Amino acid sequence: MSEPFLPPIGMLAELTHRCPLQCPYCSNPLELLKANRELDTQTWLDLFSQAADLGVLQVHLSGGEPTLRRDLEQLIAGLSARGVYTNLITAGVGIAEGRIEAFAEAGLDHLQLSFQGARPATTDRIGNHGGSHEKKLETARRARAAGLPLTINAPIHRHNIEEVPEFIDLALSLGAERLEIANVQYAGWALANRDMLMPERAAVERQADIVAAAQERLAGVMNIDFVTPDYFAIYPKPCMGGWARDAFMVAPDGTVLPCHAAQTIPSLRFERFGERTLAEIWTDSPAFNAFRGTGWMQEPCRSCERREVDWGGCRCQAMAIAGDAAATDPACIKSPIHNHMAILIDAALAQAAPEGAESFIFRRIGATTRPDKSA
Amino acid sequence: MMTLRERALVSMQSVPSLPKHVRIQYDPVRHAFAVLSPEKVFWPNEISLDILRRCDGRSTVGHIIADLASDYDTDQEAVAADVIAFLREWSDKLLVKL
Ligand code: SF4
Ligand code: SF4
Repeated sequence: MSEPFLPPIGMLAELTHRCPLQCPYCSNPLELLKANRELDTQTWLDLFSQAADLGVLQVHLSGGEPTLRRDLEQLIAGLSARGVYTNLITAGVGIAEGRIEAFAEAGLDHLQLSFQGARPATTDRIGNHGGSHEKKLETARRARAAGLPLTINAPIHRHNIEEVPEFIDLALSLGAERLEIANVQYAGWALANRDMLMPERAAVERQADIVAAAQERLAGVMNIDFVTPDYFAIYPKPCMGGWARDAFMVAPDGTVLPCHAAQTIPSLRFERFGERTLAEIWTDSPAFNAFRGTGWMQEPCRSCERREVDWGGCRCQAMAIAGDAAATDPACIKSPIHNHMAILIDAALAQAAPEGAESFIFRRIGATTRPDKSA
Repeated sequence: MMTLRERALVSMQSVPSLPKHVRIQYDPVRHAFAVLSPEKVFWPNEISLDILRRCDGRSTVGHIIADLASDYDTDQEAVAADVIAFLREWSDKLLVKL
């Protein structure tokens, strides 16, 4: 393939899969890694240093819950010494006294805090953790007091979509610069829980209007980023900005991946940092090259004028729904099986349990092994 | 309860600066200046960069316009509209503080 090779700009580091919460939409894989599989401090620091050499300008420190790593201050300091912009993605539960200040001192640039609900009862129920909402509010206050810029992240699904106006008020009241209204992407645990998470069509439409109005009303006050729900879309999103194009992620054991769900594509084998350098993996790994650029595309993507806009959408969604990772993302109206999305929505809604009676598969080690979804 | 931020409007007296979550940085890999913000990286063109560099928390918009006009050897009206439009857009995205 003759696509020009671009250095990566962003990297998502999943430092650990451990987490005090059990969100049923978690983007982590179903097979969670235990603590003894995590890279040690020095290996992460080496990896970060290679990433900076390669051109990475931003690192998102995520998990699981990244603050469970006792060496997080050190990792932030290592990145900061290389001038890399650091964003900590946290659930904000159980962060010990003094640590947020220590992160800020180590050079943390920005903190992103997730809220499972805008109402305490929703947050506690979805994360399956009593009292978590209160702790998150406290984390937000501490972050502000430490002078850290703040994004509130709200993962949206059937059980909190009506709380979108309250999420906006919550983020404003916490002084956030940014709010992410992010409709759940059906990969990982969200795919296993899809039928329970799927929102009603009318609620999706209401949400779009509410967000658009708030974006206009709050220009210059708070940025609102809206991640629309794929299943209700006409065109897919440029997943990860294009496969292996300007970003990648690293799992807790050092496996380097083009995206969260890449391991659900059975034909691909992924390499671990340490077996090869980061530069070698980025440029040479067959898995990274498999869907890079446009050379791998079939019709209708191959001749579509949007092929360098959305890069054919999400490979993992194509795998999950079309059964072929090189197919057009079924979220696209040009996909021959685009109507499957509507069928999946209807099937999910037909099964929806009454509020409070849903039986989520909560995210925890050993809760399930394989997604029981052959769509 | 904290006081809510308000949308800032650009005037000749505004003193723009970069907020804490935004920084300009030279990228030796791509040989270009990048603007880093929480989710996005921007690659400003030369004129945008010249404006952003002057958002130092000391210079007024009026002063920035005069300064740029003399650097580009053109009259102030010619740059004023561009500078104000740029600052309005960046301020509305919370990338510049007024
Ligand atoms: S989505 Fe929930 S369970 Fe998954 S890492 Fe984030 S807070 Fe933990
Ligand atoms: S056909 Fe492919 S490239 Fe065209 S819009 Fe759909 S997904 Fe994107």
